[in-house]
Amino acid sequence: MIRRVLTVLGVLLVGFSAACAAPTAPGGAAGADGTAMVLADGYEPESLHPLLGYGVEGASKFYDGLLAHDADRRLQPALASALPTTAADGLSVTVPLRAGVTFHDGSAFDADDVVATYRALLDPAFASSVRSDWVTLAAVEKLDAQTVRFDLAGPDAAFAHRLTLGIVPAEAVTAPAPAEESPLSAQPVGTGPYTLAQWRRGESMELTANPSYWGGAPAVERITIVFAVDDNTRAQRLRSGEFDGTVLPPALAQTFEGSEYTVRDHPSADYRTVTLPTANPITADPAIRMALNHAVDRQGMIDALFAGRGSPASNPIPEVLSEYSEPAAQFTFDRTRAGQILDAAGWVAGPDGTRVRDGVPARFTLMYPATDTIRRDLAQGFTSDARAVGIDVALEGLGWEAIEPRMGADALVLGGGSPFDPDLVSYPLLHSSYAGDGFNNPASYVNPAVDAGLDAARRALDPAERVAAVKQWQRDYAAAPGFVFLTFLDHSYVARDEWDGYEQVVDPHTHGTTWGPWWNVEDWTPRA
Amino acid sequence: MTTRTREIGWLVARRLAFAVPVVVVVAVGVFLLAAASPFDPVYQYYGVDVFTATEADLAATRARLGLDDGVFQQLGRWLSGVLTGDLGTSRSFRQPVGRVIAERLPWTLLLVVVGLLVAVVLALVAGTVAAWRQGGAFDRVVTGIGHAMEGIPPFVLALVAIAVFSLGLGWLPVAGLTDAGAPATFDQVARHLVLPALVLGVSQTPWLVLHVRGSLLGALGEDHVSGARARGLPERTVVLRHALPTALLPFVTLLGTRIPELVTGAVLVETVFSWPGLAEAVVTAALAVDFPMLAAISVLATAAVLLGSLLADVAVALADPRVTADG
Repeated sequence: MIRRVLTVLGVLLVGFSAACAAPTAPGGAAGADGTAMVLADGYEPESLHPLLGYGVEGASKFYDGLLAHDADRRLQPALASALPTTAADGLSVTVPLRAGVTFHDGSAFDADDVVATYRALLDPAFASSVRSDWVTLAAVEKLDAQTVRFDLAGPDAAFAHRLTLGIVPAEAVTAPAPAEESPLSAQPVGTGPYTLAQWRRGESMELTANPSYWGGAPAVERITIVFAVDDNTRAQRLRSGEFDGTVLPPALAQTFEGSEYTVRDHPSADYRTVTLPTANPITADPAIRMALNHAVDRQGMIDALFAGRGSPASNPIPEVLSEYSEPAAQFTFDRTRAGQILDAAGWVAGPDGTRVRDGVPARFTLMYPATDTIRRDLAQGFTSDARAVGIDVALEGLGWEAIEPRMGADALVLGGGSPFDPDLVSYPLLHSSYAGDGFNNPASYVNPAVDAGLDAARRALDPAERVAAVKQWQRDYAAAPGFVFLTFLDHSYVARDEWDGYEQVVDPHTHGTTWGPWWNVEDWTPRA
Repeated sequence: MTTRTREIGWLVARRLAFAVPVVVVVAVGVFLLAAASPFDPVYQYYGVDVFTATEADLAATRARLGLDDGVFQQLGRWLSGVLTGDLGTSRSFRQPVGRVIAERLPWTLLLVVVGLLVAVVLALVAGTVAAWRQGGAFDRVVTGIGHAMEGIPPFVLALVAIAVFSLGLGWLPVAGLTDAGAPATFDQVARHLVLPALVLGVSQTPWLVLHVRGSLLGALGEDHVSGARARGLPERTVVLRHALPTALLPFVTLLGTRIPELVTGAVLVETVFSWPGLAEAVVTAALAVDFPMLAAISVLATAAVLLGSLLADVAVALADPRVTADG
């Protein structure tokens, strides 16, 4: 504080006459030797604490989980020394730990840190914001200094994907205080490839390579991440050569085609869907639900709104999970068929074009978060497609506070997604046990056949059996849909092509410079 | 100790005693407003994780953070924390409030002090010249611009300044404390300070210029100035030595009353220029119903206003024996 005040006073005393001197060269762009990199991000993390969701899907620069995903979404050992072994009854998972790893503060990593991290995660006293993702985890035990065992409440085939949570030093989670009060929020202490050198809130973050990283010291030694919320500002500053890369909306990113930057479009598992609430008599009607799924022109929306980047969605299983994807469960754009379905169910066109049955018009409200332009555009596209088959949709752009109490009765543009395992996102979204539970299954979709498939997939320990179960529930869902899935968004990035080591990855719902091209930046090397 | 210093001492003591209840009322007021707002703080705590959280976990966290407690219970908890020196944890910055303030206050002070200097210098020079050459071209232009600019909010000025000096001419950086990734060196900060400080200063100038001009015109008509003129003193001496000092006393008082405008101006300027000061934190904290942060900032701003007007009154009382110091 005092040093900062002195700096400021120094600046003040000498006055700002020197300020009008000739502008210095842009301080940003990569060092000549490629050991420094400047990225721009539209999103600034509020906290760097793993228990508050930072890097929970892996790819955190400061932390390592027990496991991590590779470019092909396969799990690889990170702080574990080998992949975990699951007991025959599926009720416990044993993980051997890597030896000789140290935290950034120099302390040694062992089983105590793993146990302390996961116990803090489960303990409400720490108020972890991601605790709900570990509903199947019952307890964590230390077997010896290099081995831990996770006990599960029931078999969970996807559980290993939950082991990407960043491990913090045991000393950091001794006092049972809410995680927001922990110094780790602003000063991460992990085992990861980078340490945080400086974080100027609202402006930038500077990462320095961890020379004693167990995976080898990163060749890109300094990464500066500048936070610039506005997409156009970021694009302008990129054009001036200030950054080595950034994330941009697809259409804006394509304008960098043919420049000194390379445009990289990443497929993602990030879906956008329209919920059809069961409590609303119109959206609960099976004919309306089925008709809407055939009435929307998904590819048309992708072409018009995202410059063709993205892929149509019929359910939460993205194309990239191809081994689980069921072709027979995809909806086709067929307006005639939608009309026939509505006719057959007794919805007849009224004088104003809106269909009516028993005096009740086919009309409902669709809500979207007002500040999210992508969801607003999709909502408008959905509305015009619905009107084309005689269903009248009223739009309302609202804040989440206003949306939350109404989402049981009014439709909502919802987003989410995970490329790693079909269970992670589909189960809370579609299973009846989550009906009306927070934002998980807000429209209360309940379908016993889908429930059975989701449960069978979760319990199945044999991969082939799992695939069969996942495909089965997709067919059951397609027979009685409760959402209109619209698209999986592509994430677009623009990057200077001066390093080797880029591997395309499928992004989860979260994106920005942690994911995208830079998810494995610790393995990149400057091109000679 | 003279009677005069004792009088001024009493003025200070009385004002400070008055400031304490004002600050408490402001803090409690902000607290009640935050409690009445429709935003749910648990959303801010969870961020995007709220979309996968179960109701049971949300409820457990609400209970853990004390969000279910009554407004007055929460207020009491906060007040007793403040008395022990704990300002609480800022939910929107995920840091102790004290640390957020320590990180940001210096940058705000730098901006506001330089902005104030710009305003004072501009106002004195332009106001004096305008009054001196009353009715001349310069006077007409300054008065015209002054009146026109009274209605222009600082953020409009900021956007125009960015459009002209950064995007158009390319002389100065658009925003931020330094260039991307550059350390906060003197050169870097100074270059990035120019535009926001000028905008803040200029936006405060119109009232000050018009005021200096007006009171100098008044002073030029006073007897002692006419006397100086009659003695054949040079015009420069008459204006700067005889008229200006008389005109400056009300100017100091005016400066004190401009402090609130300066504070709100700083909020807008910092937001437009991504200046990492305390004012920018107000916006973030307000959107997040970050009560501990909001309360601390409101109290600070209130204290700045009270202190600003107190300093102005003390300065006037010290400079002019005719002014009574009994409030």
